[in-house]
Amino acid sequence: MTYRRRSSPLHSAGAGAGALFCLALGAAALIVSDPILLAAIAAAVLGAAIGARVGGEVARTASFTLPFAVAIAGLNALLTRDGLTVIMRLGDLPLLGSTDVTLEATVYGLILGLRAVVVIACGMLYTAAIDPDEMLALLRPLSFRSALTATLATRMVPVLRRDARRLAEAQRCRPGPPPSRATLMRAATAGVLDRALDVAAVLEVRGYGASGAGRRRGRPRHRPWNRHDAAFAMAAAVVLALALTAGPLGGAAFSAYPGLEVGSGPGVLALAAGLVAAAVLPFADRRGIGR
Amino acid sequence: MSVLEFDRVSYAYPGADHPVLTDVTLTVEPGELVVVAGASGAGKSTFLRAACGLVPHFHGGTFAGRVTVAGLDTREHGPGALSGVVGVLFQDPESQVVMGTVRAELAFGLENRGHSAAAVARSVEEIALALRIADLLDRSTAELSGGELQRVALGAALVGRPALIVLDEPTSQLDPVAGDELLGLLRRCNEDFDTAILLCEHRLERCLAAADRVIAFAAGAVACDSSPEGFLRWAGVAAPTLQTPGARLLAGLGQAPAAGVKRARRRLRDAGQLPEGPDSPGPARTVASRRRRSRSPAALELHGVWHELRSGPVILRDVSLRIVPGERVALMGRNGAGKSTLLRHAAGLLKPTRGRVTTAGRVGLLLQNPNDYLVHDRVADEAPAVALAQAGLDPVSFAERHPRDLSGGERQRLALAVVLGDEADAAAALCLDEPTRGMDRGDKAALARLLAGLPGSVVVATHDPEFAAGFADRVILLADGAVIADGPVGEVLAGGIYFATETARILGGWKSILTPEEALATLARPRAGIPVQVPTP
Repeated sequence: MTYRRRSSPLHSAGAGAGALFCLALGAAALIVSDPILLAAIAAAVLGAAIGARVGGEVARTASFTLPFAVAIAGLNALLTRDGLTVIMRLGDLPLLGSTDVTLEATVYGLILGLRAVVVIACGMLYTAAIDPDEMLALLRPLSFRSALTATLATRMVPVLRRDARRLAEAQRCRPGPPPSRATLMRAATAGVLDRALDVAAVLEVRGYGASGAGRRRGRPRHRPWNRHDAAFAMAAAVVLALALTAGPLGGAAFSAYPGLEVGSGPGVLALAAGLVAAAVLPFADRRGIGR
Repeated sequence: MSVLEFDRVSYAYPGADHPVLTDVTLTVEPGELVVVAGASGAGKSTFLRAACGLVPHFHGGTFAGRVTVAGLDTREHGPGALSGVVGVLFQDPESQVVMGTVRAELAFGLENRGHSAAAVARSVEEIALALRIADLLDRSTAELSGGELQRVALGAALVGRPALIVLDEPTSQLDPVAGDELLGLLRRCNEDFDTAILLCEHRLERCLAAADRVIAFAAGAVACDSSPEGFLRWAGVAAPTLQTPGARLLAGLGQAPAAGVKRARRRLRDAGQLPEGPDSPGPARTVASRRRRSRSPAALELHGVWHELRSGPVILRDVSLRIVPGERVALMGRNGAGKSTLLRHAAGLLKPTRGRVTTAGRVGLLLQNPNDYLVHDRVADEAPAVALAQAGLDPVSFAERHPRDLSGGERQRLALAVVLGDEADAAAALCLDEPTRGMDRGDKAALARLLAGLPGSVVVATHDPEFAAGFADRVILLADGAVIADGPVGEVLAGGIYFATETARILGGWKSILTPEEALATLARPRAGIPVQVPTP
């Protein structure tokens, strides 16, 4: 998945506001523990991705992380001894000893897995909708080399993907038995190193090795604050405020052990609706989103 | 002050036995457009890399002598420090664009050098307007075609208004139209900005007309430093593989060489040797008429093949082709016309969304980058001895060498041997995708001879009309995924502007003649009075 400019409010916002928005959604997913609120944040991320016209890409990439979420849920169910409602007795298992799977540990594991998927989806949304060049310009004063490395990595992903596809096609064109995986891996590594050398040479001749003093003088051009910057910065603030209200401030009490206690009163439902609304409302303003 | 000075420069790469540059001394003045010529391995690229400071700072090695760029000694100033006075454009468009958007790409070099935000913004806008890429400014670099990427890379090299720009085969991966556009832009920059240009190019017939001077390298040393005409005179005697087709034609007619089609035509017209008359070629035969003509069994046949991308454009539109055994076919067209996709369908790498492909046996496919085929540590592990011999590599002397230590031409042959495979599994048809990229004229001629001797049919996708004329007996021209011309090589290539050989353009498509040898043989017959020396092809 790579960044491509699309006609959407999130793409029209500056990288700073856009990144703040993605960061707020990810932070909210880490802050809240109530499953209803977590599901609301998942819906908010998906809604934002659809609003940014990258819904398919984000959903597809996030779906790859589902096995990871299931693994977290399974491990939590097997390793956690808390919980009152036993749903499966596995008896004595090697290394684990006497193992009972409880409903509470299973549900909490699923919540942890969902949280991981939502946080990764926020990262996908950031990758697909936030201009890496603009981020480089923003971060340049803080750490030029780190920011450039991140930008180059983003830029090189599609190039290396094309290289890999070419290598795979070339191997399909070979008559006879295919080379071993180790042989192919060595060849692929050599190809990547060749590519890295080419890029390094280009960076050199484009002044990357110029004096640090010169670079420090170069500041990004001021970009006017537009209506979408304001909307997404505001949305980020509201999402964070709601998450903090629900979590540390005790607005949505949730506990998994010893028995499940899920807050599902009107307050929690209102917080959930607020989170979704705050995340998707900035996409309602379609003015000035053209390329 | 000269913009570039080489003073007795010698250089050897780390671990190399022999120097790549030997005692090179020359100067380049402001505003000069200098073409750098030479066979593969002659030292051209190393010379260009020394001119921008990559040699020795980036590559290391043993360096002697002194290189000065706009007064800066490259021993004391690395490529980063020199980037303000010298811009660089390499071959591969993919590797030299490092940012995500065109605007950021153009700004990158200036920001590295600490220009103010206002100066960066103004320079970016101006260079985008000058190179006609203003409409690309907010596009993602991942979406650009090869030609667009190369124009953006040229913009990035020029945006700081360097005194010198060096270009290493910038058109080798571009189709003739995009290549000519790029050379036109270079010429404009040279004239408008007074930028000195060092241009390394194998297809000399494309750029000599614009050059002020040609520097030819041989075995790492300057073998010729002269005007384009002087260089062609020298090449006629000392380096025939560097001669342009036009120069060979003029030499055969007893004329002094001329750089470019216009000057060659004038010279022939002044001498009364330019054939003129009603002998212009007729239109290329249509696909249907050609299909009707051929009754022999096909080695490879495409029946109404379509390739439509999901949520994307149509790449191939109803392509029907019939390649008979032994046929030599050149597949031509602009970048993105569908040539590579067609070859992938022929080899079974892709499935048509409509239509079908039938073959008389295995179809071998050699893709653009031979390195993708070379995965082992020994040449002998890559291909059987019989295939190595067929591809022109001695199975004994090459057996123990590492594939990545071979020259570009040798790697191409080794990849060809990989695709040819065992005798027991001989290919009914062999497809090659742009096999001549980055090859000098000698290597191309050797490849054409090699392909001519292979059993089975051969289909080559190429941008090089001279190679197509020397190798093929049939040309298929693709545009926007459809076949727009299909006929004998003379019919398709003689009347074109971009897809035409230099000889055909000089002769105005007369008698569908494509090569100097054909022209001299034809001119010698009806015009006994014209002195003709038929050169060895």
